[in-house]
Amino acid sequence: MKASNSLWRENTLDKITPDLAKEIDAFESEIALKKQGRIDDKVFAETRLRRGCYGQRYDNGRRHDGGTTRELKYPAGELTKGPNTMWDAPGMQRIKIPFGGLNATQLEVLAELAEEYSDGIAHITTRQDVQLHFVHLDDAPSLMRRLAAVAITTREACGNSVRNVTGCPIAGVCRDELFDVTPYAKACAYFLLGHPECQNFGRKFKISFSGCHDKACALARIHDIGAIAAVREKAGVSKRGFEIYVGGGLGPVPYQAKLFAEFLPEEELLPTAQAIARVFARLGERKNRNRARMKFVVDKLGIEEFKRVVAEERSILPYDERWTAYLKDILQHEEIPLKPGAPLVQIEGGHPEGFAQWRDTNVYEQKQSGYATVTVALPLGDINANQLRSVADLARKYIHETVRSTVEQNLVLRWVSESDLPSVYDDLRTAGLHAAGAGTIVDISACPGTDTCKLGISSSRGLAGELRRRLGERNGSLDQAIKNLRIKISGCFNSCGQHHIADLGFYGVSRNKNKYNVPHFQVVLGGQWTENAGAYGLAIGAVPSKRITEALDRIVSKYVTERAADESFQSFVKRIGKAECKRILEDLMEIPSHEANPSLYTDWADAREFTIGDLGIGECAGEVVSNIEFQLKDCEREAFEAQLELDRGHYERAGKAAYQSMLHAAAALLDWKFFAHSPEPDSIVSHFRTNFFDTQLFFDPFVGGNFAQYFFRAHENAGAPSTSESAHQLVEEAQLFIEGCHACYGRLSAERAKVA
Amino acid sequence: VETRITSEDMDHVNVKIYVQESTSIDLRDAIQVFHRWIQDAVLNELVIDVADYRHVPAGPGVILIGDEANYSLDCAFNRLGLLYNRKRPSEGTVMDKLLKAFGSALLACSHLEDEAVFRGKLKFDAGRCEVILNDRLLAPNTEKTWLELKPHFETFFDGLFGSARYSMNRLGERRERIRIELNTPRPIDVRSMLEVLEPA
Repeated sequence: MKASNSLWRENTLDKITPDLAKEIDAFESEIALKKQGRIDDKVFAETRLRRGCYGQRYDNGRRHDGGTTRELKYPAGELTKGPNTMWDAPGMQRIKIPFGGLNATQLEVLAELAEEYSDGIAHITTRQDVQLHFVHLDDAPSLMRRLAAVAITTREACGNSVRNVTGCPIAGVCRDELFDVTPYAKACAYFLLGHPECQNFGRKFKISFSGCHDKACALARIHDIGAIAAVREKAGVSKRGFEIYVGGGLGPVPYQAKLFAEFLPEEELLPTAQAIARVFARLGERKNRNRARMKFVVDKLGIEEFKRVVAEERSILPYDERWTAYLKDILQHEEIPLKPGAPLVQIEGGHPEGFAQWRDTNVYEQKQSGYATVTVALPLGDINANQLRSVADLARKYIHETVRSTVEQNLVLRWVSESDLPSVYDDLRTAGLHAAGAGTIVDISACPGTDTCKLGISSSRGLAGELRRRLGERNGSLDQAIKNLRIKISGCFNSCGQHHIADLGFYGVSRNKNKYNVPHFQVVLGGQWTENAGAYGLAIGAVPSKRITEALDRIVSKYVTERAADESFQSFVKRIGKAECKRILEDLMEIPSHEANPSLYTDWADAREFTIGDLGIGECAGEVVSNIEFQLKDCEREAFEAQLELDRGHYERAGKAAYQSMLHAAAALLDWKFFAHSPEPDSIVSHFRTNFFDTQLFFDPFVGGNFAQYFFRAHENAGAPSTSESAHQLVEEAQLFIEGCHACYGRLSAERAKVA
Repeated sequence: VETRITSEDMDHVNVKIYVQESTSIDLRDAIQVFHRWIQDAVLNELVIDVADYRHVPAGPGVILIGDEANYSLDCAFNRLGLLYNRKRPSEGTVMDKLLKAFGSALLACSHLEDEAVFRGKLKFDAGRCEVILNDRLLAPNTEKTWLELKPHFETFFDGLFGSARYSMNRLGERRERIRIELNTPRPIDVRSMLEVLEPA
């Protein structure tokens, strides 16, 4: 807690808008009331989340140190900032950056905050936000005031609200766009910020804007509302509007957004967003958080009914002048370059070392002649305070402070005169920000994972760092065919690292071997990053974390050597089949004993013996492999076979096989605990419900019994016809239910070992 | 010069003690060392976790995250050193706070030098260090702040270095936190410096 906290209010008052000042004052009062015990834990938790103050790993006051679970005795004692969340535990502060837009002063303030309140690092997220970690909640109001003084808010950065509105980072300079979506994204972000219609959601709500169909810059199809620029000609006049997609989302079970409108006129954008928000607030699930995203509303109603109810809401909305006020100046919206555009003078051998390679990957030729957009590639999305100041200096020296963050966790400098590129490169090199490879296989995205996230299972950042290092060392010798593949890593199934839409996706899971937990990653293939996240991949099998490097090598080597001319990675995977992809990894999936290879029982960049919770691992009672481990492995195989049927277009078979894999996994748990049941599905479901669900034995500390709900629903719907989409979801849900069975087995084994 | 620096202004003292030039270590080893410090309660304070920022050029390196303070093998400005980052306010005078920060930093340096994995490879020089005040509002990086700080620092370092000569310079620009660099003509062993501090 900073000594200067009491002084920042007065020092920033004249720089903050009255609304924001009032909002931060209110939060400060709520902090005081919470300390007096006058606000309920759950209410305060949502209050701080809506201000972007998120919990971090170990904030429950416990941490497994590799040997045993230790209590972290924080000075504030039993005071909490939410259920089971200790007051003094460091937390994460998420900072909203609408469409990623940043100026030099804002970068400088972020640098100051990173140094004074955090650990010296600002982290760019996969939704263009900035996150600071290890922040004390008592410092949050001062931090927010300093941000507000440079027109940045943390309001509704987390919680059940409209999250950061994302937008294509090259909007306005893109060669493929229909028009610049920036002013629309900005208008939408500030129209919905704090809007009364958006305060009563059951879950978060995400919006993105893209200027074109084909590229991936804004990932429209994974959003609750994805808006893609569209133009209609009418009577010789061009009319701007948007192709609107709704109900997309990743998470444990990803949903592709559905086409809501082929052309929504620009003046209808904000009222339609408002109407959709009203429908979501009214019809969205409240009790079960894992069914509360808008994708489930769209799925349940069907897109046609969803359109109808939105139209109904739209028709009764009272007129709001803000719907169209921003449009009157929209054609005048343009960024001003600092310098005249001039071509790069080609000098043989005259450019700095490394410049050519950097230019190949990090420089984008703008549609405006003589200008380029430079990507500053940030390792794992991290940038230190001195580097932030360096970027601010570059933003003033070469451009008109037109900086943006990207969903690939980088920064871009727009409107660089091409003639300045060598100097820009030199300045970036001085700051240690000259890494080449932006948008290539070395530019890996990863969520925070076990580093700081409470939900992380395996170390996504540890793995990303290792892959980045290894691929970077070989960058010069990597085959051209794989250079532009994307790797995305999540620490768990929740997909914050967007593993479903990568060429090569990985998400963290755990496996149990003779009472030891082993960190693993599921290998996800078949995803498509381009076309605004055009397809979602599926997991083909779990490989121990420490062997993912080898798994990656095998997959890409096979692609390099066996691909047909110009065959894309997705086409290659489809052609050889996932069974073949899995076959080449199968030996890596076998886990040797702890004695034979203890390094597999630790995660990347973490020296501790791996654990999935606060429960310690008892001493190994022998090398006897429990039958359930074989049974669950069989279930994984069945789920995988379901996926193969899905890929073949046999949706009925896929759905049936996925359901069977769930039944068998549930039966495996029942058998392991000696709960009698008949082989009939009704008997398995009934006994599973009684013994694992009602008793909460199956419940995960964070997702509760949701994976079991997938199983119950699959049973209820057994025999119903399967479509491509429903079968895809069932395969995803089967994989998650089996993961849940693995986790349940791991938890209960560890408990049993502890008691013994 | 009359000093207006108060004890409160010194609440967030950072001390960075640089390594000797012969040092050559793999920062990866710091991860397991810091995790073990948590397990074995090597430091007499609440330490929570280890953060790995080796991938950030000239960044914070590897950090042992604590409640009172963070300890890191820090690489800022491409200069490796042990950084003690005081986070929680403490009681006492300006001198008490400088003493606490230096004492904690030197003790951590000593523990690191004793680690088997670093033995013979990692050596700190207590005569080359930096003091940073991590609060721009209370202590902006200006000449005025420096002039106000200087008498305190001279008193403290006269006591610390005894008869050894030393130089002090303010570093950095206005946007950075105030940083004071100290240099002695010859390297000073961490243990000998700890012995100087011990009676206090």
